[in-house]
Amino acid sequence: MIVGERKPFEEIQALLRGYKKILLAGCGTCVKVCFAGGDKEVAVLASQLGIANNKAGVKARIDQVTIERQCENEFIDEAARALDGHDCIMSMACGAGVQMLAARFPRLPVLPAVNTTFLGLLDKQGIFLENCQGCGDCVLGRFGGVCPVTRCSKSLFNGPCGGSANGVCEIDPSVPCGWQEIYDRLKALGRLDTLEQTEPPKNWASARHGGPRKLIREDNIL
Amino acid sequence: MTTNSNLQRVLESGGFAVTAECGPPRSADPDIVIKKGLLLKKHVDAVNVTDNQTAIVRMGSLAASALLKSIGLDPVWQLVCRDRNRIAIQSDILGAAALGINNMLCLSGDHQSFGNQPHAKNVFDLDSMQLLGAARDLRDSGRLIYDSNEIPPAARPGLFIGAAANPFADPFEFRAIRLAKKIANGAQFIQTQCIFNLPKFTKWMKAVRDRGLADKVYILGGVTPIKSAGMALYMKDKVAGMDVPDEVIKRIKGAPKDKQREEGVKLCVETIQKLRKIKGVAGVHIMAIEWEEAVPEIVEAAGLR
Repeated sequence: MIVGERKPFEEIQALLRGYKKILLAGCGTCVKVCFAGGDKEVAVLASQLGIANNKAGVKARIDQVTIERQCENEFIDEAARALDGHDCIMSMACGAGVQMLAARFPRLPVLPAVNTTFLGLLDKQGIFLENCQGCGDCVLGRFGGVCPVTRCSKSLFNGPCGGSANGVCEIDPSVPCGWQEIYDRLKALGRLDTLEQTEPPKNWASARHGGPRKLIREDNIL
Repeated sequence: MTTNSNLQRVLESGGFAVTAECGPPRSADPDIVIKKGLLLKKHVDAVNVTDNQTAIVRMGSLAASALLKSIGLDPVWQLVCRDRNRIAIQSDILGAAALGINNMLCLSGDHQSFGNQPHAKNVFDLDSMQLLGAARDLRDSGRLIYDSNEIPPAARPGLFIGAAANPFADPFEFRAIRLAKKIANGAQFIQTQCIFNLPKFTKWMKAVRDRGLADKVYILGGVTPIKSAGMALYMKDKVAGMDVPDEVIKRIKGAPKDKQREEGVKLCVETIQKLRKIKGVAGVHIMAIEWEEAVPEIVEAAGLR
């Protein structure tokens, strides 16, 4: 899923300064699951803003809506009525959701309340790990199901660097060495031989480096 | 392929090679590089020029290599994958050869989080293995990565190509395999991480010999003179990939403060003498960090000149 984290309250306040009719728009998909921008987080932020505004003597209306999936137009259609009549929308979705609303409402400022951080998984309650950089050419099949692009701090393809020690990365002892994980997985699978082959330079054109990406599914186009 | 490299000449003639490290300054002052170079000139076969080591911005390694070349040294130009994509890397390889640089050392590079630009965007378009292959292919076939055009033989970069190895990093069992891959990708010489843990290095060398790798590559054992007990502790705890056993720290600590440098040099000399006796070790690489003046003394005391 897409993992995000709500921005600090002071940054949100600064973004909203001057607006009188604010709509907080949550998203019921990824950011809800990672407790960054679902209906609960929308309610919490609304009350936080309400209290702060009261204290400062600022008059502003703060409405709430949570769109099931902010990155899809048809879900926005359902919530369109709630979106009307505001002088600003603060989206609590990921960056894709924010941009979807911005494109849909060209005359309204659409502001982000969440920092979209990565594609990852829930490791344990409250702890999320980055697992995928969406490079567009998945190599997991050759690396025992551990991504060298994401899980190695240097995205190395041909084995651990000289900074791997006791299973942790040179950058921080709290960061596991992705290559130790690859090695352990392939060892358990009896496939250490795959590591003897050289991985040639990767084609990064399918990743972000080829420019903003577009996926066309001819079979799905109506 | 034979190049104009002095280091290659020494190694291929069966000599025990001595290289030292020269860290470029954190400024644009060429005199610092020249001064360090002159200090090392008569005592080593080649001088490694580090590439923004520990991710601290310094004078560029190619520029500093050219300065050293101008005063008659044989620089080993170090190049890391952290800061350059394949366009810049291949361009720099052509440029280095054009400047008369004869040796290059292909490295991944310390992560930028260690240095003075921790907010930088890193590159790692290639890894050190792919960098080796790219340098070898440019030299031997005149071809850029995934490009079928050929540079004419006379205009190809004639470089003696090296890589690093850290026998002390994990997973240990993978280290000899990784070395084999580096050789398969064109590494002709290897300079190792600083050796303080000789038993572990000896174990690694055995694994290297058992795979027949010592006959395929020249291995230069890395050594570093310790300046003080504080430095030993710092290296143990803070420097990535270092293995400084407690006995070493105890030995340096055991010397009075004003004698710790002397003890560090003594330990370094002893290590070199032990390394010379290990089968498959073709030379030493002295990394006297910001202490280049110690190199002549070490070389002499170890009986290398």
